Amino acid sequence: MNSNIVLAVVVSAIAFGTPLVLAGLGELLAERSGVLNLGVEGMMLMGAVTAFFVSQKLHVATALALLLAVLASMVAGAAMAFIHAFLSITIRVNQIVSGLAITIFAGIIGLSSYLGQVWNIGGIAGRHSFNNVNLFGLKHLPILGPLIFDQDAFVYASWVLVIAVMYYLYRTRPGLYLRAVGENPAAADAMGINVIAYRYVHTLIGGALAGLGGAYFTLALAPFWTDGLTAGVGWIAIALVIFAFWRPDLLVLGAYLFGAFSALGPTLQTRHITVLPSEFYSALPFLMTVIALAAASTSWANRRIGTPASLGIPYTREEG
Amino acid sequence: MTGPLRIERRLDTPKWLKVAVPLASLLLAAILAGILLASTGHNPISTYHQMYSAAVTAPGGLTSTFVYATPMLFTGLCAAFAFRMRTWNIGGEGQLYMGAVGAAAVGLCLGDWPRPLLIIAMILGGALSGTVWAAIPALLRAYLRTNEILTSLMLNYVAGFFMYYLIYDSTSYWRDLSSPGASVFPTGKTLGPNATWPGINIGSFTLPMGFVLGIGLAVGLLVLIQKTRYGFEMRVMGDSPNAANYSGIRTKRKIVSVMAISGGIAGIAGSSQIGDFGHVLDPRGLEQAQYGYTGIVVAALALYNPLAVVLVSLLIGGLTNAGFALEGPSFPTGLVGTMEGIILFTVLGGEILARYRIGIRRRAVPAASAAQLTTGGVAS
Repeated sequence: MNSNIVLAVVVSAIAFGTPLVLAGLGELLAERSGVLNLGVEGMMLMGAVTAFFVSQKLHVATALALLLAVLASMVAGAAMAFIHAFLSITIRVNQIVSGLAITIFAGIIGLSSYLGQVWNIGGIAGRHSFNNVNLFGLKHLPILGPLIFDQDAFVYASWVLVIAVMYYLYRTRPGLYLRAVGENPAAADAMGINVIAYRYVHTLIGGALAGLGGAYFTLALAPFWTDGLTAGVGWIAIALVIFAFWRPDLLVLGAYLFGAFSALGPTLQTRHITVLPSEFYSALPFLMTVIALAAASTSWANRRIGTPASLGIPYTREEG
Repeated sequence: MTGPLRIERRLDTPKWLKVAVPLASLLLAAILAGILLASTGHNPISTYHQMYSAAVTAPGGLTSTFVYATPMLFTGLCAAFAFRMRTWNIGGEGQLYMGAVGAAAVGLCLGDWPRPLLIIAMILGGALSGTVWAAIPALLRAYLRTNEILTSLMLNYVAGFFMYYLIYDSTSYWRDLSSPGASVFPTGKTLGPNATWPGINIGSFTLPMGFVLGIGLAVGLLVLIQKTRYGFEMRVMGDSPNAANYSGIRTKRKIVSVMAISGGIAGIAGSSQIGDFGHVLDPRGLEQAQYGYTGIVVAALALYNPLAVVLVSLLIGGLTNAGFALEGPSFPTGLVGTMEGIILFTVLGGEILARYRIGIRRRAVPAASAAQLTTGGVAS
């Protein structure tokens, strides 16, 4: 019984953690280029609403509908990121304010809600959603089966993405350039790297991944649309990048840990175990984020931390 | 810089630009939002007309605009004060919740006190609760350098769930357990008559006491920022943290005290919600209103100037009022946040652009004419 609960929590931790992995990787790439994106929550909501709209309104085969929905969510997220990039990189509006503006623009009382209403997709069950794939036919293996071999395509894609991002950051020349841009844009510029282009591209990729993280909600986790359904996950994703010390490998671990905090309440509830009030379990991921952020800023952690040195600072080449 | 645009800083911004740019930004925002409305099959002109009449000319319209503007005035001041020092208190939302919890407790507990004393006690109760809630990210920021943006934001959610727990999931002091309706749907206890704040009636228009209090607070904050040593140190820390450190300003204490004041102001927004308007702790209503987050919009549009916050709170209060009044199948509710966002983009972008002069990059300007261009730029 007890081990069943633990396994159930861990399995749903992967589901709840997947949007954190996707949005977190996006934020990580943007921050590595020196751009702080506080618009993740809004970008996720835009991804979620667009993906759901496309999957509802297209009358094509499920696989194609889902593929197009995923692409649409990435375009929606990247479009929001473009606004942020233009304001913060080109016009040099304060990145914090610009990011918050994106979240208000696209967020719970903003464009995502607007589109949800005019597209008339609120409160209806989704027609298409990602199902679990029995990978290599191994889903009945004890423990590892449900954990690794019985997930949906989104989860598998997120694992591939983590490896791809790690390879990109640490093993390729553009990845090296990206880190240089984030650490010392003036030196990178002197080397002939186009700082502005690197920042734009990685902010847009970050937005696309945030949109994809949003699509996970409406295409896999719970296929329906309601205003503000991400409920703070975008913010946790931003925090995650900090206490993962800007490293993709730690980010995945953190995402599943926080997925577990989110999964704990619903799992206990379905089994009618009520030790603490449900509000406590709902607040748990947010409380733990505060604790994790505080722990990551102690002097022990500070020696290991990898904050990109130019994070949040607009780059201008001193001319004439 | 790469790209065809040439951007250089103006040495000083002409006065007419300081007025023209925000107006042009608002106009541009109205055009952009109009394009969005038209693209989704709404008539922008008639939508704007409906919004204007709902917020201003309709019976009771102006009164409701002030009802929405009052909490935004406080949360706007909360954000503007902290942001002025580049201390990013995004926790106004949660600090407002905690302020409402504190003020409701005071109002319920001391219900038989004389009205003026009780009102003061409620204001202090809300302010204190907001301050305590803001102290958590403040202390973490000051002594561990923990990112206050994220911690203050996370605590909004925690405060929200705490409020839900008090009313929906416990037999707390705040919850109404006796009246017959309360057993069907959980609600908070209604405060007594002495805990109701008086409004100022001018004909059919009612000015909430909270708004008057907020104006007083805005003036006080302006004096604090502009005319005192405390404010001078704040401005130094905001503009140049290193200079502040070297000049011996006690930066840690400053962060804690500024965040505490900021949180206290948001707490008073909670007091005003209880005393001016709701008279009951209503978690769902407070959460749906999003006054704390809207305060960030207000502060940013006011460019962190406390007096400008008063005006901007009325603008955004009117917009929000129109949004709620027109809510229905033909009016997209999300338009309110969308328009707030668009106004932010254009005003913030415009404000920066007003500080720069922008031209099209010319290829290889000869040295002599380049020098002339520069002198010409200084002279204008």
